[in-house]
Amino acid sequence: MLSIFRNIRGFMMNSWLSKAPEQIKLLVVVVILVISAFLIIRPLLIPDDFGELGHFRTGALNDAVAIEFKYAGRASCVECHDDMTEMLAAGYHKKLSCEVCHGPLAGHIEDSDENEPSFPRERTLCPVCHEYLSSRPTGFPQIVSQSHNSLKSCVTCHEPHDPAPPEVPSECSACHGEISRSKAVSHHMDVECEFCHTTPELHKISPRQYRPDKPQNREFCGQCHTKNASNDTDAPLINLATHETRYDCWQCHYPHLPEAR
Amino acid sequence: MKNLITSKRRDVLKTMAGLAAGVLFPKFLTAEQESVKPMDWADESINYNPHEHTWGMGVDIDKCIGCGRCSNACKIENDVPKEPFFFRTWVERYQVKENGETIIDCPNGAIDGFEKHPESEDVLRSFFVPKLCNHCEKPPCVQVCPVGATFQSADGVVLVDAEYCLGCRYCIQACPYGARFLHPVTKTAEKCTFCYHRIVRGEEPACVEACPTEARIFGELDQKASPLHRFKRMNHIGVLKPALNTEPKVFYAHLDMEVK
Amino acid sequence: MIMEEIVQHLTPLLDEVTGYIFPNEIELHWGLLVVIYPYLTGLVAGAFILASLVKVFNVKELQPTYRLSLLTALAFIIIAPLPLLAHLGHPEKSFEIFLTPNVNSAMAMFGFVYAWYLMAVLLLELWFDFRKDLILMANESRGIKKWFYKTLSLFSKDISDKAVAFDHKAVRVITIIGIPSAFLLHGYVGFLFGSIKANPWWSSVLIPIVFLFSAIVSGVALVILLYMIITPLRNKIVDMICLDKLASYLFYIMIVDFSLEILDFIHRVYESEESIKILASLVQNRLFSSLVIMQVLIGMIIPLFTIAGVKTFKVPADLRKLLYFISAILVQVGIFSTRWNVVIGGQLFSKSFMGLTTYKMTFFGLEGLLVSIALLIMPFIILWMLIKILKPWRAEDAAVAAHSASQ
Repeated sequence: MLSIFRNIRGFMMNSWLSKAPEQIKLLVVVVILVISAFLIIRPLLIPDDFGELGHFRTGALNDAVAIEFKYAGRASCVECHDDMTEMLAAGYHKKLSCEVCHGPLAGHIEDSDENEPSFPRERTLCPVCHEYLSSRPTGFPQIVSQSHNSLKSCVTCHEPHDPAPPEVPSECSACHGEISRSKAVSHHMDVECEFCHTTPELHKISPRQYRPDKPQNREFCGQCHTKNASNDTDAPLINLATHETRYDCWQCHYPHLPEAR
Repeated sequence: MKNLITSKRRDVLKTMAGLAAGVLFPKFLTAEQESVKPMDWADESINYNPHEHTWGMGVDIDKCIGCGRCSNACKIENDVPKEPFFFRTWVERYQVKENGETIIDCPNGAIDGFEKHPESEDVLRSFFVPKLCNHCEKPPCVQVCPVGATFQSADGVVLVDAEYCLGCRYCIQACPYGARFLHPVTKTAEKCTFCYHRIVRGEEPACVEACPTEARIFGELDQKASPLHRFKRMNHIGVLKPALNTEPKVFYAHLDMEVK
Repeated sequence: MIMEEIVQHLTPLLDEVTGYIFPNEIELHWGLLVVIYPYLTGLVAGAFILASLVKVFNVKELQPTYRLSLLTALAFIIIAPLPLLAHLGHPEKSFEIFLTPNVNSAMAMFGFVYAWYLMAVLLLELWFDFRKDLILMANESRGIKKWFYKTLSLFSKDISDKAVAFDHKAVRVITIIGIPSAFLLHGYVGFLFGSIKANPWWSSVLIPIVFLFSAIVSGVALVILLYMIITPLRNKIVDMICLDKLASYLFYIMIVDFSLEILDFIHRVYESEESIKILASLVQNRLFSSLVIMQVLIGMIIPLFTIAGVKTFKVPADLRKLLYFISAILVQVGIFSTRWNVVIGGQLFSKSFMGLTTYKMTFFGLEGLLVSIALLIMPFIILWMLIKILKPWRAEDAAVAAHSASQ
C-alpha cells in the first residue's frame, strides 16, 4: 500500500505532470485510485484453487466426483451371486447388466438387508426391449405382446437369466418379425419362407452359426416370373433373356415386398 | 505431414492466445505452464491422474434397440430432474419415409422406451440414435463461458462448476447439439459428465453400464488396446455436425445423413 | 416448489412444438430481458454518435441536442447492464466476470468494454464539458449542495480561459476516441450473437454491423423524441433547422441500415445453406408479424417514406413536426422488434433444424413483462434527474435572460 502512494507521489512530482493542466492532475489521481483499487481487491476475491490446472477451479473436479454411485456395476454382483451370473454369462443375456432389470443396486451392495433389489414380473418390462418396433435392428428378437401369450407373465415361460425360448420356435416370424410383416402384406404372402431359404434345423438353436441359404441366380425367380413358365398364377412375367440382364433380380426388387405389380 | 502442419498451426494459435492473455492477465500465463501438476483428490481413495487419460465414446446405431435404458439410468445415477425438459442423454427415433420426409421423435427422452409410432406407414428406413454431450475437442461451450465455470479437464471431459456458474446460459446457446440445460433448482448449467465420479474410480458411465446391446462403447482414445480404439478400427465412423469443427469425441458407427 | 412452477410453465409448450426439437430445447433461455439489453445499449451508442457529430464533424445545426444526447447516453448506459444482471441465474456471482474473465469468451469482455465506455468515454467527456458549470454551480450554492457539486467537479477550481479552452480540446479528443468506442460497444453486442456458430440465425459477420447501424437509427430517433418533448417543457421553441437536420441524419442512416438488412437477407437466401428451410419456416410462421409487419413495414418502410415525403414536398412546420414525431416512434417500435427478432427468433427453431418452438412471456417475476417495462422507464427517470442536477441549458438560459433584460 505504502509503495503505491510513494509511486503516485513520485509520479506527481514528475516535471511533465507538474506543468500539466489542473484537470489532468485530478484525473490522474482518480484513474490511479480506481485501477489500484481494482488491482488490490481482485486477487483477494479469486478462489485460491483457480487456475492451477487450467482456467477453472480445481475444486470443481472434486465436486464432480462427489456424487454417490446408484449403479454398482456388474462386477459387484458376481461377488455374491456367482451362480446367477454364471448362468447369465452362458446365455443370450450375457451382455446384460443385472441392474437393467433389477434396478440400481449400489445401496444393496452397501447393505443387502435394507435395500432389496426389485424382481419385476410385469409384462411391461421385457417389451421395453423386445416389443416389435420397425425401427429396431433386423434379427433382434421381438414379439407383439398383444398376441404373444397375452395373459401370462414373461417369466412363466422364459428364464430371464437364460432366455432361450422354452421350445424351439416353429415359426420364422418369431424372430424375423420385420420380414414376416412385410411379406404378409405383399404379393409374396403365400410363398413359404422355405421356398426360397433352405434352413438347417440347427439355425433355430444357434442362429448365427447355422444360416439359411439364399437364392443364387436369376433363374430361381424365373421359375415363376418368366414368360414361358408353365404357371397359372397372376404373377408379373418377364423375358429373362432380355430383362435388365446386368442385374440379379433382388438388386432392384425387394423379394419380401416386391414393388412390381 | 499434414497433421504436423495443422498441429503446429494450432500451437502457434495457442501461443498467440496465451500471449494476449498474458499481457492482459499475467496470472493465467503462469497457471498455464504449471498445468502438468497431478490432481490432489479430496477423496483420497481415488488414484486417478487426468493427464493420463483421454476419454471418448462410440455409439453403434445398428445395435441400438431404442429401449432407453441409458437415458433412464443417467437420470437415476446423476440425480437429473425427472421432468421431461432436462436430459443429459436421450434417444431419438428416425423414420425416413418413401417421400423423403423424415419424422423424428423422442418421447420423454426415451426414458420409458418407445411405442409404435402412429405415422409408421411407408417407411423407407428407420433407426434409433442415442445422443449425449460430445465432449468436443474444441468445445464451443467452454469457449463462450465468461468466467471459466465450464471447462475441459486434462482427460478431455467437459465439466461444469456449479459453484462458479453464473447461470448466464451462453453455453447453452453455443452448444450445437442441445446437450445442455439449466438446472431448474440450482439455476446453473448442467450436462453429461461421462459420469466423471464413476470413471475416476475405474467404472464405466451409467449409460454404458445399462446398455443391453453394447451399442455404447466407452474407452480411451489415445491407447491402442482399448475397446473404443477397436470400435474405430472395425467401423466406418461419423460424428455429428462435422462442419462446425467442434471435433466431437462421441463417434457414431453407421451414422445416417438424416441425423442432425 | 420452483420445480412445480417450471413444469407448469413448460408443459403447455410441449403442445406448441412443430416438428422435432431436442428435448432440452423446450425451455427458451434468453427471454425479454435479453431483448431489452441490446435495445438499451443501442440507444446509448446511437445517442453518443449523434453527440459526436457536433464536436468532431462540426455539424453546428445539431448544437442544441449535444448535451441532451450525451446525458441520454449516460442515463441509458447506467441501466443497460441491469437486464443482463436480472436474467442471470446467480446475479450475486456476476463480479466473477472481472475476477477470472475467460479471454476467449466474448461475454467476458463485456465488463471491460462497458467499463471503458462508461468511465473512459462518457463520464470523462461529460466531466470536461460540464466542469466549468459545476464549479460555477458550486460557487453559487451552499451547504451540502455546494459539496455535492464540488465532488462532482473533483474539487477542480480553474475556470480561466486557458483551462476552459483545454476542456474544449479534451472533449474533442475524447469524442474522437469515443466514436470507435461506441462502435466497439454495440458492435460487440452484435458479436455476442454473431459469433455463435451453432445458431445459423445469429452466425453472420453482418450482425455486428447491422446492430451498429440500427443502434444509431434508434439513438437518433430517441434524441428527436426527447428534444421534441423536453423543449416545450422548458418553454422554448423547437429549432426547426436542428430538427430537419436530425431527421435527415435519421433518414440516411436508416437507408444504410435497411440496405445492410436486405443484403443479409439476400445473402442467406442466395447461399441457401442447410438451415434455409427451417429459417424460412421460422420467418413465415413464428416471426411473420414481428419481422415482416413490425420490423420491416412499420419500423422501416413507413417512416422512410414519411421522411422522404417531407423532404420532397413543402410541408408546413407543424405538420413536419408531427410526421417526424410519429416516424421516430415507429422507428423505436421497429428497432425493438429487430432486437426481439434476433434474440427470441434465434431460439424459436431447434438446432436439429427439424422443428419450431414458442416463447411464452410471463408477466410477474424477474424475467417478466413488468420488470422489463420498469427497466425501460428507468433511464428516463435517470435522465430527468441528470437534467435537474447538471442543468445542461444553464448558460443558454442565462444568456437569453440577460438578452431579454437588456431590451
